[in-house]
Amino acid sequence: MSALSDPVYQQLLGGVFGALAFGTVVGQLLKRRARSDSARATVANMNQRIGAWWVMCAVFGVALLTGGLGSIALFALLSLLALRELITLIESSRADHRALVIAFFIVTPAQYVLVATQWYGLFAILIPVYVFLLIPAVLAIIGDTNDFLRRTAMIQWALMICVYAVSHAPALLLLDIPGYSGREALLLFFLALVVQLSDVLQYVWGKLLGRHPIAPRVSPNKTWEGFVGGAVCATLAGTALYWATPFSPVEAAAMSLTIVVVGFLGGLVMAAIKRDRGVKDYGALIPGHGGVLDRIDSLTFAAPVFFHLTRYFF
Amino acid sequence: MIAALIAGFARVLTGGSVRWVEDPSPGRQRVYFANHTSHADFVAIWAALPPEQRRRTRPVAAAEYWKRNALRRYLAKRVFRAVLIDRGNGGTTAGVDAAESASRRGREAIEQMVSVLREGESLIIFPEGTRGDGVETAPFKSGLYHLAVAAAEAELIPVRLENLNRVLPKGELIPVPVVARLTFGAPISLAAGETRDALLERARESVVTLRHTQGPPAR
Repeated sequence: MSALSDPVYQQLLGGVFGALAFGTVVGQLLKRRARSDSARATVANMNQRIGAWWVMCAVFGVALLTGGLGSIALFALLSLLALRELITLIESSRADHRALVIAFFIVTPAQYVLVATQWYGLFAILIPVYVFLLIPAVLAIIGDTNDFLRRTAMIQWALMICVYAVSHAPALLLLDIPGYSGREALLLFFLALVVQLSDVLQYVWGKLLGRHPIAPRVSPNKTWEGFVGGAVCATLAGTALYWATPFSPVEAAAMSLTIVVVGFLGGLVMAAIKRDRGVKDYGALIPGHGGVLDRIDSLTFAAPVFFHLTRYFF
Repeated sequence: MIAALIAGFARVLTGGSVRWVEDPSPGRQRVYFANHTSHADFVAIWAALPPEQRRRTRPVAAAEYWKRNALRRYLAKRVFRAVLIDRGNGGTTAGVDAAESASRRGREAIEQMVSVLREGESLIIFPEGTRGDGVETAPFKSGLYHLAVAAAEAELIPVRLENLNRVLPKGELIPVPVVARLTFGAPISLAAGETRDALLERARESVVTLRHTQGPPAR
């Protein structure tokens, strides 16, 4: 693939791994300086997260370099893992089984086949229209009416978040932007970078300065100080990347800020679900981070919004 | 080879969330006993065991299910090395005859299991006898007690299975990749002078109270 020889990719991936190397060094320095038990635990968790970031960035980098299919396959896998985490947390009843078989093994692959075949018309309505009608129909045929609407809504909601929303990230590859063809994967990189950088920087600013929780009953760790610090820094980082995108610097700043704010709301919503179910994480697949859904919670909200703004304006 | 493949597949499919309350002591012979909610139960336990233990552990399963076709017979015999028990649900005799033949089959089943233990191998059993709804754990049948008496050197290890009835509910063919949780508890053994019913109830309690620990609600 020619992406490897594209200097833009080289610079971006070089920048990411440079930042990771910097983080790794800082983590090791902090490890030596940590005195109290709680500080040591925080640093240990941070270093575990940085270690996982190396793996995640490597996987994402390889997927990007393969061009379309690799990215689509990666996000299809993320959707399946996220869907399993969310469905596990929801109390599905035995009568839901066949609807879940359809959700996992038919709807999810179908949505990504539509991305791969660039069938935008059906991609946009498969889950919100056809699956929306199919799931309650299947549950009605199965015949258990207990909690019928609640069960229907939970399965539909899980599919919307974990499959429909997430699939908008690789769908960026099928946008046709004048003067930008062949570089659509950079949009996916831009989205992922701003979303994840925003999460990381909100965490860092929150740890350093966080005092005033935004929604204490949902997540005591999300503070105004963390949010503002992270939002400003991630927006600046996104703006600085304008040269790799079809956006002007001002447009890149507006897009970044939108991604950051919407992503924050996604993180808050997904935290509310965890709080309601009485769990700390969606899973334990990613050391230090929790489950897949803990890592892509902001992305689930940011991806469709970024996709449609880009599609509409560019 | 095929065993390792199936074990790996089962772990990936169920998300392999496994917790041991006590580190498994090496070399001891065990009787793992668990709540029963799905055909996937013993595969999940068997797949969760460390490979060297898995090779010496045989699940106890119903003959009428595992002898039904060639593939099942192959899996049961060659891969899982299941100890197939004849539950004899197809009997037509009524009354005293039926009760008598049932208790005779029970004795035969115990003898089968004891002889496996005598060969130094471990067992996976489901003392409820049949699959439950995944919520309530039914009273245990007496087999566990007889095993505890006949093979006192074996550790009795309670295993709590959660969500397997959601992975593969009764009557379904296609498993759904819901994350299943397995918790292996601390071993129990027959106390001096303990009655059959007391041991069975204590064993049942040990399975029921083993819940997978969740993190604290706050992040």
